[in-house]
Amino acid sequence: MEAISDRGIKRRKFKDKLFRYLVSGLTYCCLAIVFVILFYIFKKGIGSLNWAIFSQLPKPVGETGGGVVNAIVGTLMLVSVASIIAIPFGVSVGIYLADNRGRKMAGRVSLAVDMLQGVPSIVLGIIIYLWVVKPMGGFSALSGSIVLSIMMLPPVIKNTEETLVLIPNTIKEASLALGASYFRTTMKILLPTGIGGIFGGCILGIARVAGEAAPLLFTAFGNPYMNYNILKPVNSLPLVLFNYASSPYDDWHKIAWGATFILVSMVLILNIIVKYFENRWKVQF
Amino acid sequence: MKNWRILENKLFVRWLSFSAIITIILLSAFFLTLTISSWPAIKANGIQFLWGKTWDPVKEHFGMLPFLIGTLLTSFLALIISAPFSVAAAIFLGEYHSKGTIPNIFRNIIDLLAAIPSVVYGFWGLFTVAPLIRPLEVKLHLPSSGLGIFTASIVLAIMLIPYSVSLVRQVISMTPIQLKEAAYALGGTQTEVIWKVVLPYNISGISAGFLLSLGRALSETMAVTILIGNAAELPHNIFSASNTMASVIANEFTEAVSDVYSASLIEIGLLLFIVTMIINLIGRSIIKNVSLI
Repeated sequence: MEAISDRGIKRRKFKDKLFRYLVSGLTYCCLAIVFVILFYIFKKGIGSLNWAIFSQLPKPVGETGGGVVNAIVGTLMLVSVASIIAIPFGVSVGIYLADNRGRKMAGRVSLAVDMLQGVPSIVLGIIIYLWVVKPMGGFSALSGSIVLSIMMLPPVIKNTEETLVLIPNTIKEASLALGASYFRTTMKILLPTGIGGIFGGCILGIARVAGEAAPLLFTAFGNPYMNYNILKPVNSLPLVLFNYASSPYDDWHKIAWGATFILVSMVLILNIIVKYFENRWKVQF
Repeated sequence: MKNWRILENKLFVRWLSFSAIITIILLSAFFLTLTISSWPAIKANGIQFLWGKTWDPVKEHFGMLPFLIGTLLTSFLALIISAPFSVAAAIFLGEYHSKGTIPNIFRNIIDLLAAIPSVVYGFWGLFTVAPLIRPLEVKLHLPSSGLGIFTASIVLAIMLIPYSVSLVRQVISMTPIQLKEAAYALGGTQTEVIWKVVLPYNISGISAGFLLSLGRALSETMAVTILIGNAAELPHNIFSASNTMASVIANEFTEAVSDVYSASLIEIGLLLFIVTMIINLIGRSIIKNVSLI
């Protein structure tokens, strides 16, 4: 009798160990995948990096060399204009949500923000095509920035709300008791106190949209030349990548790996900034 | 001076409410715009649009069944491939090692997967996953381009891992400690506690996490567009070249010349919008209920 139950326990312990190894193994697989992908991108990317990629315009098929300087400029332009549109608006919505928690309207707005995050980016591209590109009569950097600004909104709003909610009411009440208006209290007390978290949300939003290509297909469209005009089509790194990746030319693939390297390093650095400062910037009392 | 301050304050409060309401208006406007712009197609194609097998822009004959099948196959395949990995990683991070530096580092590393842009996954898959699939296709005597539903699903599965892991881990870590302790007190091993308490208790939350991941899979565009092979016919098997609803829009929208053609693509966009909104609504409400308990 004793021997049987002993065997049962041994089997259960064995099963326990087996499952533990299985779970750990699969988890290490996930980690390995990350390293395999990053290693491949960096190996290929560094191999094809040269000064021309940062300084020259794309060359037509058949000519070797060339770079993606117009796409780098285009990406910076799209992302900065998108930030100018999205950040003030997103922060306002975040303030509203933080100050009206528990109200019906705030619940609906919060739901709308969640839904906004779920809208497929390609569908946003269609919508902005219909709203901006068609009435204006052509593809433009502005329309691309508008799409990206909509995609930036959810992280900016969420982070602003979550940061402001953490600030103790006593601080706010102290300011109000001194006779400062709600506006002054928000501007001079709440926002400066929570600036870290809000900034983190903005960086997160930028990192999220910097690599987006799908909605730019019908808005910013791409452009083989240098363009600084916001009303003209503009190139961006993800778009170059898409166009070059689906081409059969080795030379273009090489440039595409360079562009991938630039794009991925940019996005990873932004993410690391957010991660690194996340704890430092968190409002603590 | 005083009046100005009162006015300033009033304007500020108005602006805040206005900006908040704009987000709701924005979402409704998306729906309206898509419906209005796809109206010519809805009228011309009728309800057969949903199960029509041919997509022929030249003859203006539009049926989206090939793309619907392509989308469902790709998304579910990706979800099935990624599920064991994401549940394992979620258990590892939420149950085995929920605190400490190393799991924190692991979590951040897995989160890096979410940071890599979709188009980069597509490009990477083209050079690494597609060559791996090609010999397999040769062995099965299929057209061996290496591109198709299966290749797209593998890459898509990798892209889904960080989302599923973070959602499932959050759900798992909210299991009441008393339940687990009760099971341990009865002599359960950790594996038994996970299988008989943690997973059954969280089954609805975990399903919601996978539902939200499915929503992401459905709307994923660039990686799939590069890897799926772009074909507008019904897929014969999981190695066939196909198109998803999102990828057909990406491939054809700028080339759509006739009104009905572009309206049909917008109609696909409308359906995609409605489906992802419903999935998000259900998934989020389940997760919210779980976290309220």
